[in-house]
Amino acid sequence: MIWGPLLIAAAHIVLFAAWTIWMSFTSSTLMPVSDFVGLRNYNLVLGTRNWKIAFDNLLLFSSSFVVLTMLTGLVLAILLDQRIRGENVLRSIFLYPMAVSFVVTGVVWSWLLNPGMGIQKLVNDLGWTGFRFDWLIDREMAIWTIVIAGVWQASGFAMALILAGLRSVEADLIKAAQIDGAGPVRMYVRVILPTLWPILVAVLVILLQMAITTFDLVRALTGGGPGIATQLPALVVYDFMFQRGQLGRGAAAAVLMLLTLLLVLVPHAVWKYAQRRRAAHA
Amino acid sequence: MPPWGRLLAHAVIWGLGLAYLVPLIVVVLNSLRTAQEIAQTSMIGWPEFWAFGNYAEAWSKFCVAQTCTGLQPYMWNSAAVTIPATIISTLLGAIAGYAISLWRFRGDTWIFGLVTLGIFLPQQMRLIPWTIVLRDIGLMNTLAGLVMIHTIQGMSFTTLFCRNYYVSIPQDLMKAARIDGAGFFRTFLRIVLPLSPPILIVTVIWQFTHIWNEFLYGVTFTTGSQQPVTAALIGLNATIADVPQHGVQSAAVVIAALPTLLVYLFGGKYFLRGLTAGAVK
Repeated sequence: MIWGPLLIAAAHIVLFAAWTIWMSFTSSTLMPVSDFVGLRNYNLVLGTRNWKIAFDNLLLFSSSFVVLTMLTGLVLAILLDQRIRGENVLRSIFLYPMAVSFVVTGVVWSWLLNPGMGIQKLVNDLGWTGFRFDWLIDREMAIWTIVIAGVWQASGFAMALILAGLRSVEADLIKAAQIDGAGPVRMYVRVILPTLWPILVAVLVILLQMAITTFDLVRALTGGGPGIATQLPALVVYDFMFQRGQLGRGAAAAVLMLLTLLLVLVPHAVWKYAQRRRAAHA
Repeated sequence: MPPWGRLLAHAVIWGLGLAYLVPLIVVVLNSLRTAQEIAQTSMIGWPEFWAFGNYAEAWSKFCVAQTCTGLQPYMWNSAAVTIPATIISTLLGAIAGYAISLWRFRGDTWIFGLVTLGIFLPQQMRLIPWTIVLRDIGLMNTLAGLVMIHTIQGMSFTTLFCRNYYVSIPQDLMKAARIDGAGFFRTFLRIVLPLSPPILIVTVIWQFTHIWNEFLYGVTFTTGSQQPVTAALIGLNATIADVPQHGVQSAAVVIAALPTLLVYLFGGKYFLRGLTAGAVK
């Protein structure tokens, strides 16, 4: 009885991936067809302005989102590690955005960042009439609104994992460093952080995976706009498949997304494998 | 650390905590303000007069696209997708995790490896196949279709969680059961299930949160009255542009977020465990 569902759950992953890859080599538009057109869809997708903007945005967004989320998470975790009063309440506060859908948070941020009714309006009304905070409608800056919302949403997750890591550093290690006369800064930089590497890498990989597949947040916050200024690959895939009825090109864009993801996941898997082997030999 | 350092650390972290709460506070306050009041000032402000009516209107009167039924039917849709999919995927994941970790069978590590690959395969790679499958079995634009998708895909997580938990159950316990003549399901029910509540809670909370919050499949495979609440919210945000109704809209956002927020409030510890279990893999 379990074999059916288990087999479907396992097989559909391989079959669906193969199906989409196959589709990306066909000239399918509204309806799937099975002729082979080689790399035509890939060339077409890579040649569109839409994709180029989406990919440039992805590079900027994923690097800044990941760096800022990890830094914020690290700072929050280190601060929380100082025997803070109300630590449990604070931990719940920093993590609550992760329990809420990106659609909800995207909508709320779109209000806060809307210059006509959000933060800018509030500050203007308070008397500082020259204040401008209109990144949401600024082609150059709009991508940063997604970074802001993304960091706010995900940094509690980074904090939680890093804090768990900080708490699992062996007490002996800390004592030994204290006896050597290490101050708090030295303690973190030289003694504690180096032992956190595995956790930091795990967080990094998950955040990159989140960044590469980002869809909901952009849909709710900017809708990809103004114009196509905040386009990301996941939106291009959707656009090709369901708005323009170009299944072949949409599939090609999805495969390009998968390849980007593999660029992160494969080195990580190799690294983890090597680490496990080293641990087994030690 | 010197006393002033501790004071500073407290001030900074509590300040940051408050800042993280701002979006929630703003939207809750707005949900209690009238549209006029928001239009005259900004989205950020204290209600002059508590407009509790916003909630009633958001729940049952408000217009999404051209239908003026409020958020209510979409909330039921989300519940009708999330609850069965959560229960079925958790049960199947528990049995699958048990079969893989304790019963063992030929090719078990392969199957397990494949199932967990699903955690990494982006949804975009499955959109076209699911579209075709749903159309061919006649479940396009149905809640049952979404239940099926979330059950099958959810098994990647539920199997992973349960398998990693069951691995630590001693094989001796299994041997004892087998000597007593207990079969696959009897052993599961008598020995494994009673040990399972901690991991089942983690799994249920994880699945519930993820399925409730899911958007891409909802918006792709359903339209109109069949949409889950996340997809309807986007429609609602788009309709509003001509006639601002931000008080009611804020109430709608709070309503849509409430189920997962409540789950988080009461099961935060388990939610965090799910996040960590998913991260460490």
